Amino acid sequence: MTAAAAQSSRDPLLSVENLVVEYALGGKTVHAVSGVSLQIARGETLGLVGESGCGKSTLGRAVLQLRRAVSGRVLFDGQDLTVMQGDALRLMRRRVQLIFQDPIASLNPRRRIGDIVGEPLVIAGIKDAGRRKQLVRDVLTAVGLDPDLVAGRLPHEFSGGQCQRICIARALVLNPDFIICDEPVSALDVSIRAQILNLLEEMKARFGLTLLFIAHDLAIVKAVSDRVAVMYLGRLCEVGPSEQLFARPAHPYTALLIEAIPVPDPDVRPAESVPVGEPPSPIAPPSGCRFRTRCPRADQRCRDEMPELRTVAPNQYAACHHPLT
Amino acid sequence: MTGAPLLSVEDVAVDLPTPRGNLRAVDGVDLTVGAGRTLGIVGESGCGKTMLSRAILQLLPRKAKLSGRVRFDGQDLVRLAPEALRKLRARSLAVVFQDPMTSLNPVLTIGTQLIETLQEHLELDQAAAKRRSIELLAAVGIPAPEARLMQYPHQLSGGMRQRVAIAIALSCEPKLLIADEPTTALDVTIQAQILDLLAREQRRRHMAMIIITHDLGVVAGRTDEVAVMYAGRVVERAPTHALFKRMHMPYTEALLAAIPKIDAAPHTRLPAISGRPPDPTRPLKGCSFSPRCRYVARRCHAEKPLLAKAESSDHEFACFNPIHVEAGVSA
Repeated sequence: MTAAAAQSSRDPLLSVENLVVEYALGGKTVHAVSGVSLQIARGETLGLVGESGCGKSTLGRAVLQLRRAVSGRVLFDGQDLTVMQGDALRLMRRRVQLIFQDPIASLNPRRRIGDIVGEPLVIAGIKDAGRRKQLVRDVLTAVGLDPDLVAGRLPHEFSGGQCQRICIARALVLNPDFIICDEPVSALDVSIRAQILNLLEEMKARFGLTLLFIAHDLAIVKAVSDRVAVMYLGRLCEVGPSEQLFARPAHPYTALLIEAIPVPDPDVRPAESVPVGEPPSPIAPPSGCRFRTRCPRADQRCRDEMPELRTVAPNQYAACHHPLT
Repeated sequence: MTGAPLLSVEDVAVDLPTPRGNLRAVDGVDLTVGAGRTLGIVGESGCGKTMLSRAILQLLPRKAKLSGRVRFDGQDLVRLAPEALRKLRARSLAVVFQDPMTSLNPVLTIGTQLIETLQEHLELDQAAAKRRSIELLAAVGIPAPEARLMQYPHQLSGGMRQRVAIAIALSCEPKLLIADEPTTALDVTIQAQILDLLAREQRRRHMAMIIITHDLGVVAGRTDEVAVMYAGRVVERAPTHALFKRMHMPYTEALLAAIPKIDAAPHTRLPAISGRPPDPTRPLKGCSFSPRCRYVARRCHAEKPLLAKAESSDHEFACFNPIHVEAGVSA
């Protein structure tokens, strides 16, 4: 068993094994996710960070089978979703929900909030309209909205933060086990962001949820995650417990991301950024270690040999030939 | 640097007619920027920071009504004839927007856009303009600048496009550069590179700069002075160091507290600001922040606080119940 597969042995709810997702773009192949393995334990929040184009959203979608994998397995509660079809998959999807970045775009502008939040119940075949209405009221109240005031209104009457609350209500209404949050606060203002992050934490405790929290902002990911996985150009660079990973990053890319965060304190002079350039294209990823073209430590070995995830500290794994710790 | 500042914004207000009634986007703002200095304007979406920058540039929507004065380099821009304004914007007043695609022409090559700008405003011949373009692209950190001249904007990444937009903005040696959320659309590693680039070019050219952002982290290390805006008004203004050391306006404090801290333990509850900004078409009688403020008193609902001086003449805040906290130790 590789370190990657062993990274979380206690009772995983989700286990992604060697997942490969590719898609065609103008006759070329985009290597979006190239052999990612990770596990999420029941009740855990795993943060997934990386720059745009690193494949983190594709990975989230591949878990839900919204994009089918080329190879690899997605075990949810012991069952392989990649081989599931039709009704079996639909049933399983009730237990896995998704929250998107743009809350306004993810709500149908012509439908009333009560109907939007109740739609999953209709799809799930709950025929009793009175029961559906009660469930919608309960979940709207849970996310901090007054059902009497909001259920009859349309999405455009709400701000971005309120729309995200509505999206969270819709994700919760079927009482799922697992929610994939794909950049849920990056479209929101700073003051609203904190409200939504607090709400997600409350809902996680109240509904006993397991979360995959995808974001590019490390401080936000750290605020909500038990463990963090760092992704670069379709591969995992490093996985570890949040505090440990931030205190002692082993992968140079993790260190680069942490250094790049602007600190709201004028006494902390921003370190003159290393001219690390831009990520290469996922159409033609570099040989060996995919980060080597931007890495200050890269040498011939990084060019020739792809590093595997290896244990660098208890529960911390990094894919690097020259780790920092 | 003697006498009048390079830019002085005096009692500027911007009104926009909307179907819901008049929207006062900017409400009586006074600001100054000296030559070679950097001002950060911080606020959330809808606080009027972008409208204020457009008022300075005289690039407001046609229906907008502007009052007040914008003095730049000895001239009142509000009263300047369109042709003189165009010349001024080309030569000494430049802007970089959040989305570089809005300022780059998608059907022209990078080279055409740069060379045209240089030929038009600096009266260089084709060969000299091309040489200068290559220098500029190299200065903003674009590899293989000569080859890039032949490329179209869509062939470049977001970070590269923003570098090109900065190169065009810098091409005519402006005295003031307004950067409106220049890195919001970019990844964090690219953001640091672009902010460094702006700071380096500013020092080299002794250019004044206004950075508009929602991120207090961006202004902390990279500005001389900060103005915090809320609901169209400046609610606190101070030298950057003084502001972070001793903030007086509860909104500034709340804004800083709401940012997740990288050194905080996971699952720490964030001090969120309850509610949301007021509807700008329904202005409040009292302080605009009063419905969300945890220090609110009766007077705050009845009366609008004006910007008042704190312990030093360059630190101002608009609050009846100012706080005196050391940054970072607030609850």
